[in-house]
Amino acid sequence: MEEALIEFREVSKHYIMGDSVVKALDLVSFKIMKGEFVAIVGQSGSGKSTCMNIIGCLDVPTDGLYLINGRNVGEMNKNELSEIRNQMVGFIFQQYNLLPKLSVIENVEVPLMYGGVSKSERRRRATEVLSSVGLAEKLRHYPNQLSGGQQQRVSVARALVGNPAILLADEPTGALDSKTGREVLSLFQRLHEAGHTIVLITHDNSIASTAERIIRLEDGRIVYDGPTDREKLVHAGPAEGSAEHESA
Amino acid sequence: MSLLESVELSIKNILASKMRALLTMLGIIIGVTAVILIIGLGNGVNIYMADSFKSLGTNTINVMITGRGSSSRKMSVDDMYALVAKNPKYLLRVSPSVRMTGTVKIGNETSSTSVSIGVSEDYFAIKSYTIASGRGLQYSDILDRSYVCVVGSYIAENYFGNNAVGKTLKIGGAYFEIIGVNSKQGDNASGTTDDYIFVPYTTAARLSSTGTITSYVVEIPSVDDSSAAMQIMNDALYEIFMNSNYYTVRSMGEILNTFTSMVNIMVMVLSIIAGISLVVGGIGIMNIMLVSVTERTKEIGIRKALGAKERYILTQFVIEAATTSAIGGFIGIALGYILSSIATNFIKAALQANLPVSPTASSALMAFGISAGIGIIFGYLPAKKAAALNPIDALRNE
Ligand SMILES: Nc1ncnc2c1ncn2[C@@H]1O[C@H](COP(=O)(O)OP(=O)(O)O)[C@@H](O)[C@H]1O
Ligand SMILES: [Mg+2]
Repeated sequence: MEEALIEFREVSKHYIMGDSVVKALDLVSFKIMKGEFVAIVGQSGSGKSTCMNIIGCLDVPTDGLYLINGRNVGEMNKNELSEIRNQMVGFIFQQYNLLPKLSVIENVEVPLMYGGVSKSERRRRATEVLSSVGLAEKLRHYPNQLSGGQQQRVSVARALVGNPAILLADEPTGALDSKTGREVLSLFQRLHEAGHTIVLITHDNSIASTAERIIRLEDGRIVYDGPTDREKLVHAGPAEGSAEHESA
Repeated sequence: MSLLESVELSIKNILASKMRALLTMLGIIIGVTAVILIIGLGNGVNIYMADSFKSLGTNTINVMITGRGSSSRKMSVDDMYALVAKNPKYLLRVSPSVRMTGTVKIGNETSSTSVSIGVSEDYFAIKSYTIASGRGLQYSDILDRSYVCVVGSYIAENYFGNNAVGKTLKIGGAYFEIIGVNSKQGDNASGTTDDYIFVPYTTAARLSSTGTITSYVVEIPSVDDSSAAMQIMNDALYEIFMNSNYYTVRSMGEILNTFTSMVNIMVMVLSIIAGISLVVGGIGIMNIMLVSVTERTKEIGIRKALGAKERYILTQFVIEAATTSAIGGFIGIALGYILSSIATNFIKAALQANLPVSPTASSALMAFGISAGIGIIFGYLPAKKAAALNPIDALRNE
């Protein structure tokens, strides 16, 4: 059998708040294969961001095992985690998180710079990937000179430029109007068709339906994990019952 | 990410907020400017002193015999010549130099400022004097105890209208024939070397009340040999007199060296005081860097999410501090040089003194190095703080 790109084995993340413990993630297990387009959905506070932080190696689990490409993230030191983020993961944030003092092309070059790619090669690859998201004319612009949709496309380009194994997008359309949001989503679909593995995090079911598989979280637990179509059906019924059924 | 790119990046960051960068650098700028100026001024004073002392002769030592000891404890001119001949490495030539007390009369005029001294035929060579007209003293003049003299250019010009050779003047009632005129040594003023009258020391001794020679000028290879030459002279004289109160050995070079080292100590003390402002400047940099780390928490979070290792963040902030500080140092050096040249011109105009405020290249280089170093030292703590930020916390920061 093919090895999973991402594997959670009973992953828990607990936050101590005074006397109480917040279980942001509670015994979560799933596998994501190469080339999948997965949406992690759930209401606010259900643990989506925590999940994404762990997938993206920005944070480590309190308990359980997280394997990325078969390697145990729990045993990595800070430098190795940095390398994983640099080589394996492309982040796309809700607020774009571009560096305001750098031009569009310089922003896209940053991951390559930390990856030790030479300056000329960086220029070449950043130009190429920016052209592919339709921003060939905006290379020398600064983020504040671009519209929200354009900024998000810069951040997609930045995520793509290092050719990472996983694209990790946290509410990527959250700050966009519905039209530009749809444009970004269709960009994701194209990337999926081109073979990229995409993990999309959202609270919005209609956005999640772009994906082919949905992992639904509630209070830190998985309540559904399956194809998008079926989850629509399941979700049409009584919420409590279905949650009970799926988590069993 | 290469070092050069880090420097480029930090210069970009600095240029993005020029006013703030300038204020950050201010302490370093002031400190470096002060150090450059102080060192330049010290240098100028040393040059000025060396100039002034040179006219007094720095490649000579002066010996004065004050002892009136018994017959075995005295020193004749021949003894002194023998002593010098025995130490050819440090003692080159010697000439007695006898101050005469007799009043100088030229025609009907009394010249109270003129100084007459008795010297040997070597004196002029020792002092690097050249004869402007006529001839110098010769060995035969010494042997014959001739009543001849060489006069300074001031006397020749002032009393004889530059036509002194062949004329006579009176010292203590005795007539002397002027056989030569010394070349101009100073600014041709009364009381200076140009107002001197040089006669054979034998003649001078005969005219003096005691008839003994007690002062000598000894030529040495260079200023740097002052101490060694004085040592030899002192040892030799002690062997004769067995009492160091009976003679004195002085050297203009030695006095100059003493002054120079005093000035250097002053410069060092002042530089250290000015250096304190460099430390204060460093603390200013640290302060601003700490603020900058707080302001840029989000940026740090983003960079970490994109794969920046701790040491990249650390390097970036340290280099930024060092670059800020080094630019401050550079501005300070430039300012120091500009103020030095203004000061030089001012001193020249106001005091008519040639005191060039001249900072050394090495002091500029040192100031630059120290300011960059201060940037690194004081930038390290904020940089460490930035590098240690937790990426999620940093990302969440707005
Ligand atoms: N750093 C933290 N400290 C304490 N509690 C946290 C922290 N981060 C998240 N939580 C809690 O964990 C739960 C899940 O949060 P999160 O993963 O951000 O949810 P979502 O992204 O789905 O809105 C929430 O109850 C939240 O309050
Ligand atoms: Mg969230």
